[in-house]
Amino acid sequence: MVGIHTAVRSRRRSALIVSALGAATALLALTGCTSAASSANGSYGFPEAKQDNSSTITVWVDADRQAAAKAFEATHPETKIKVVTYDGSANGSNSFRTKMQLFDRAGSGWPDVVFSSQNNDAAWASQKNGGKQAFAAVMNKGLVPKDTLDNFTPGALNPCTIDGQVYCLRNDLAQAVLWYNKSLMDQFGYTVPTTWEDYQALGEKVATEHPGYIVGAAGDPWTPEVYMWASKCEANNITGPTSVTVKTDTTECKRAASMLDTLRTDKTVPLVSVFTPEFVKNYSGKVLMMPGPAWYAGAIFNNPQSLNVPAGQLGVAAPPAWKGDDKPATGNVGGGTWFISSHSKNLKASEQFVEFVTTADQYQVDKAPGYPAYAPAAAKWVAKQQSSNYYATSLDPIVTAASQVWAGWGYGLFSQEAIWAKTMTPAITGGQSIVSLLPTWQQAIENQAKVNGYKVN
Amino acid sequence: MTIAPPSDQLAVGAPERRRPARRTGRAPGRTPIGYVFVSLYAILALAFGIFPALYAVFLAFTNADGGFAGLGNFVQVVTDFRFWPAVLHVVAYLVIWLLALLIFVVLLALVVHALRVRWASTSLRFIYYLPGALAGASSVLLWLFVLDPIASPVSGLLRLFGFTSFVQVIQPGNLPVVFAIIAFWTGAGGWIVIMYGALNNISTEVMEAARIDGANAVQIALQIQLPLLRKWIAYMGVMSLAAGTQLFVEPQLLSQASNGVVPNDYSLNQLAYLYAFQQNDFNGAAAISLLLLVVALLLSWVFVSRGGLFEKE
Repeated sequence: MVGIHTAVRSRRRSALIVSALGAATALLALTGCTSAASSANGSYGFPEAKQDNSSTITVWVDADRQAAAKAFEATHPETKIKVVTYDGSANGSNSFRTKMQLFDRAGSGWPDVVFSSQNNDAAWASQKNGGKQAFAAVMNKGLVPKDTLDNFTPGALNPCTIDGQVYCLRNDLAQAVLWYNKSLMDQFGYTVPTTWEDYQALGEKVATEHPGYIVGAAGDPWTPEVYMWASKCEANNITGPTSVTVKTDTTECKRAASMLDTLRTDKTVPLVSVFTPEFVKNYSGKVLMMPGPAWYAGAIFNNPQSLNVPAGQLGVAAPPAWKGDDKPATGNVGGGTWFISSHSKNLKASEQFVEFVTTADQYQVDKAPGYPAYAPAAAKWVAKQQSSNYYATSLDPIVTAASQVWAGWGYGLFSQEAIWAKTMTPAITGGQSIVSLLPTWQQAIENQAKVNGYKVN
Repeated sequence: MTIAPPSDQLAVGAPERRRPARRTGRAPGRTPIGYVFVSLYAILALAFGIFPALYAVFLAFTNADGGFAGLGNFVQVVTDFRFWPAVLHVVAYLVIWLLALLIFVVLLALVVHALRVRWASTSLRFIYYLPGALAGASSVLLWLFVLDPIASPVSGLLRLFGFTSFVQVIQPGNLPVVFAIIAFWTGAGGWIVIMYGALNNISTEVMEAARIDGANAVQIALQIQLPLLRKWIAYMGVMSLAAGTQLFVEPQLLSQASNGVVPNDYSLNQLAYLYAFQQNDFNGAAAISLLLLVVALLLSWVFVSRGGLFEKE
């Protein structure tokens, strides 16, 4: 409002003052832009800053990952770290990118290590920004030992890999599996479906035999990542740093869309987000099956604030396949990533930190809530979960699914979740079918991709 | 006996009373101490108002490398597929909100003013003002609960309108109304209090005379109070318009709370924010904010000229 006031009044001021101020502004802006950080070429495939192995490193984590920093401090007292808590770039806040771009403009201030709860940050962090070198340090050119990188679950580093260079390490995986309530399934006399066709048939059966019970939910922004991705729908095939292929009119997209339409009409896959009070109120004790990411176990099933399923009931099965598909495929919903800044003055300590939090048992097995991306840690993590006797079945399907995430769905600059949420969710709520909305979805993805500088094929 | 119909000569309140003093001794506005008093405001206005605005002008006509871009940035943002929907959203919101503000604020202020019972009047004024005392963002957070039929204290009302879930409430068609209600709830109280003050400044003699002539409450309101409030209403219009075109907090918070079902590019200000911080295109963001400034200035001019805000006689 100050702006309006002053603007209205400024008409009376002499034009001279205004233009003088303008010139001063321009000058200031120019000088602000020219201070670039000096850097020498490094041995790890990117220009390094002058190194000081005793300097304190600054580490940005979200609230959940503070435990990782604590575990590091306990085991590495000799390395000095300064922990800064931020929102982890979660829920579309995009704060990681925002802040780094401001540091790029300022020419200083970058943290050494950053955790992001998103898995598409490599898309921008690997690219130069306004003349500044890419924020992310290249990990696979000697910075992180090859053995360590090789031990990650196959495909786990896909979101971090651009043109063969690895720009981040994955914290946890979020492969989609089929969660189900074994007690209810046994009670109703149903068998767990292995194909999506059987899954749909069972959903239709539940609608008539046990109305009120559900076999999934489709109201979350990651609905396409659970159903469309698993169906190999080519809605998000990032083929290069600035190119994407979008084809939502394929059989793969249509079969998943039509399945969701049928089950939504049957009310067995309601259009409700699993993180709403509505979901907990209406569906506690009524979730028969739920295709969803690995972290659903802790986030909704074994969570007193959510469904609170008692011990001994929750089972997990391999993600269903589509009949005729040769290889099983599944989707992925998130999974955090760790970045090292290419501007870091202490790459050694930064690397030590990132390697510790992604691979060490002290964090990934003992403390981490999600399925570790580092395969040896994942095996131990699963064994530990298994020993808790919470699950009614073996957790092996989660391990198998971890390396079955379909590689035809990429990790671009723009958020597929945001596109689905704003374009599809309101339209479906308004009564339109997902099949009929596929062209709208296509258009929305193309628009968003173009705005972010992608060439759409 | 009759009294001359109210006209603009009978301007409301304080300015009228001050004017004779200013006429007799012009000195008070001209002494050096005045500059000291305004200096603090002037410095802040320069640092946070004029300087950023000029920087925005500079950015809007240059490209990322600092070279002259002509109208390139403007063409880019205007042809962005998100631009015109955002314009429509803001216009729809503004129409609903400004109309609601003009009608209900004046109406409620008149009602409160007409109340003869002292405690009812004061407590009503307090209640009206209360939501305004909450910070903008926190009051929007409160609405997140009010709008969810599962958690809402007025869930019965929401169900009456056929809403059974949060996503139904925040369907695109409902959003301008939703934002207008939120903004009205947070902002109207302050204006009611201001209007009440303006009503108090209407000379009791005029009111008394009207009453003796047999005018009832409605006639007094329409024939005397409303015309005398014209400048205040225009003032409210200008201030609200400036704030309204910058719609940001309501959609931004609702977007995060709904996991993006309310788009994060709903309003023009959000689009400018996305340009700056999502696309790292500060020049495009500056172009949008300049466009907003021009539009807000034009509309403000309408209010100022039609409302007689700066008329002296």
